Amino acid sequence: MSAITPEIVAEHGLKPDEYERIVRALNREPNITELGIFSVMWSEHCSYKSSRRHLRKLPTEAPWVICGPGENAGIIDIGDGQAAIFKMESHNHPSFIEPYQGAATGVGGILRDVFTMGARPVANLNALRFGSPDHPKTRHLLSGVVAGIGGYGNCVGVPTIGGECDFHPAYNGNILVNAMTVGIADTDKIFYSAAAGIGNPVIYVGSKTGRDGIHGATMASAEFGANSEEKRPTVQVGDPFTEKLLIEACLELMATDAIVAIQDMGAAGLTSSSVEMGSKGEVGIELDLDNVPQRETGMTPYEMMLSESQERMLMVLKPGREPEAMAIFRKWDLDFAVIGKVTDTRRLVLKHKGEIVADIPLGPLVDDAPSYDRPYEETEKQDVLGPDAFTAPESNADALRELLATPDLASKRWIWQQYDHMVMGDTIGRPGGDAGVVRVHGTQKALAITTDCTPRYCKADPVEGGRQAVAETWRNITATGALPLAITNCLNFGNPEKPLIMGQFVGCLEGMAEACLALDYPVISGNVSLYNETNGQAILPTPAIGGVGILTNYEQRASIAFAAEGETIVLIGDTEGHLGQSLYARELCGREDGAPPPVNLSAERKNGDLVRGLIMTGVATACHDVSGGGLLVAIAEMAMASRIGAVLDYDRGGVPSYAYLFGEDQGRYVITTNSPELVLEQAAVDGVSAWVIGVTGGATLKISEADSISVAELTQVHEGWLPAYMAIP
Amino acid sequence: MKPAVIVFPASNCDRDAAVAIEKICGVKPLMVWHGDSTLPDVDLIVIPGGFSFGDYLRCGAMAARSPVMREVVDRANKGTPVLGICNGFQVLTEAGLLPGALMMNAHLKFVCKDVALKVESNQSMFTSRYQAGEVVTYTVAHHEGNYFADDATLGEIEQNGQVAFRYLDNPNGARNDIAGIFNRERNVLGLMPHPERMIEPDLGGADGARMFESLVASL
Repeated sequence: MSAITPEIVAEHGLKPDEYERIVRALNREPNITELGIFSVMWSEHCSYKSSRRHLRKLPTEAPWVICGPGENAGIIDIGDGQAAIFKMESHNHPSFIEPYQGAATGVGGILRDVFTMGARPVANLNALRFGSPDHPKTRHLLSGVVAGIGGYGNCVGVPTIGGECDFHPAYNGNILVNAMTVGIADTDKIFYSAAAGIGNPVIYVGSKTGRDGIHGATMASAEFGANSEEKRPTVQVGDPFTEKLLIEACLELMATDAIVAIQDMGAAGLTSSSVEMGSKGEVGIELDLDNVPQRETGMTPYEMMLSESQERMLMVLKPGREPEAMAIFRKWDLDFAVIGKVTDTRRLVLKHKGEIVADIPLGPLVDDAPSYDRPYEETEKQDVLGPDAFTAPESNADALRELLATPDLASKRWIWQQYDHMVMGDTIGRPGGDAGVVRVHGTQKALAITTDCTPRYCKADPVEGGRQAVAETWRNITATGALPLAITNCLNFGNPEKPLIMGQFVGCLEGMAEACLALDYPVISGNVSLYNETNGQAILPTPAIGGVGILTNYEQRASIAFAAEGETIVLIGDTEGHLGQSLYARELCGREDGAPPPVNLSAERKNGDLVRGLIMTGVATACHDVSGGGLLVAIAEMAMASRIGAVLDYDRGGVPSYAYLFGEDQGRYVITTNSPELVLEQAAVDGVSAWVIGVTGGATLKISEADSISVAELTQVHEGWLPAYMAIP
Repeated sequence: MKPAVIVFPASNCDRDAAVAIEKICGVKPLMVWHGDSTLPDVDLIVIPGGFSFGDYLRCGAMAARSPVMREVVDRANKGTPVLGICNGFQVLTEAGLLPGALMMNAHLKFVCKDVALKVESNQSMFTSRYQAGEVVTYTVAHHEGNYFADDATLGEIEQNGQVAFRYLDNPNGARNDIAGIFNRERNVLGLMPHPERMIEPDLGGADGARMFESLVASL
């Protein structure tokens, strides 16, 4: 074995003191295979070494939580012996380097995290962030990422029912591709990853192992420099066809009782799966690498252990069940190989060509992973800017027309039309609304699912931004009539070794934790993506949240489209005209300063509970939460979705009209109703502000006596931007 | 009624087709694995949508050469109704049961949306519950739905009244706006849009249900 030099240690992204730790753990120098294993397990991506101590602050429990963070995905009880299993994960670094495959394998990876646990995936979502539309790479990245997400999700036959897509120059060098999968399982058929049963066989299934993606996890734990393009070989290549077969084969085997434990091979492939299964089960794992199905000849143990070839799983079976399991995988034309056994040594032992090539105690490898208390610095608070700080538009209709055609607010139809959002025959809330809604097959239940985050708020005030990200997903779900149950997240930040960035991370988590507690909306899974920086330029802090809620009877739900003409429009929640950090300020006034709108968590909860009740009782006939762009944008979106106009007539209580219409005050909803008195009465009882602000009807949106715009024209500008942008060669 | 749904590796609308048949026709279809070389006695064969064999090589090309397809072709030639939806349409052209081919969409992107279709003929067991000339809404979801046939074949298809459905707003560049065609005997129908996804208002409409009602009426 060649000696490990300081250069080799550095190439593996390990600090000298981390190497010392490895030597202490082994009581000797590691060989190259062992060093590789330590380096991926101790990478930021796998070990959460900068984030671990802060993640503990997030609330993770509720009576309906079956399994919180720490497994492949989180699990909640949705009644009748059924569970929803979900998680969101980032694939930022690979997607920037190779957008199609990076995004595609992101979808593949998150699907595996969910079906590994016994769930049939029923919905995919995503949260995408790109650089400025003017940046020369943006069009190429956007088109590749969307094609990759579609290419994978469409083939495996899981509907992609929602997501978000924003643009900001801060993402020029680091786009964000966060993918979420939700699956459904029976609560008595859930599978975990802890290996058990000394002597039980360890089985490898799925695709063969190749040399692709070696050190992907290490790449995802470093900043990009000028040579990031050279990292293309570390990006994996996806095969959705094999994934679809793997889903069916695994679910078929899971219907029997042959499986003891199962784990997908994601980041750091065979290494992390075997280490996690062994350490969670407090047992040892011995693998004979000669039996690993290989795509190429002459692969070294190092390459096999660090490969991130896709569509692979590791299982522990009950003894003697190999033949029936093998028959299932053979039927689906998938590799099936017994590659090792469970031992009582609590060590990972690897054999290759008759020799022991690695022998690592699992305890130190997992428990002694570095954990850093990185110094952090709070973001300086910005002034709260009143409406007077911003210029009034020529006319509110003009401002609306302009806003609806800006990149963040423009229709994303061009994107979601490339995703099959109807396969599986249960999508009853399609993309473009507040949350996607899929029925729980064969029941009256449905899940409402959304992804959201407002990075500009997080940048201006991480704590407030963290609160807002959680609250907005809660609001999205509530606006369908569903009860929000739990969240997953993708915490995307810059380099944590910089105190200001670390401060953003800590601040966002603090805000998220507060909101989760106040809304009874725990975190059940998640992922951290740090080092999203290129040449020292960090992304906006982006704690993307994926929320899941339940409709116990999907007949009682609302969509954002006005249901009919002549219905009363009611605004729920207080409006002070907060324009700081609004899209109006950024897009129309060219300003990105000021404090973001505050989130009042007790009002948030009261307002949402009222709205949900009104939808469930059929009093509210349509509902949309008010978010980016403010009230007028929300009303315009409801009008465009239904091709029904509205006449507004409201008392703005001294707030200038543009601030009233474009302010981004939080905790608000627009509903329509045929019983406005009932709504106002119920609101008064609940201590919630509610105002009648207009009536639906006609083909125009009449903002005031002198100011109106046709719904057709709004639709044209709103739908026009993205296709026109993407059509430029 | 004794329907069967053929399942290929990476078929992904097999369950959707089965659900629609059971809901509208009131019978649970037989799910037949592509590797089976025999086919039980059935009176309707559905080739579902999806990405059989990953759409590798050409869409439907490998599925068309699956063991079970020899039997499907044989039954079709003997008059058993065969319905191919989306990938199933591609399989039927590759199997030679329907003329023409499905090429990549003219805009080169996957497209999933509701489309308006004109029912060209109600003189078939698949379309008897529609009015000829009626406009219905189905969903499309495909990357290779651009119907192509050479001029002579196209002329023949039109002449024989083999066009079943035409797009009002062509989503993929298909020649003559063709969304679905019959074979000459009209016992085989292939179409890109998904009738099985439009079987109840909650899913966006119920126009597709009438295709299954038509089959119930004639079988």
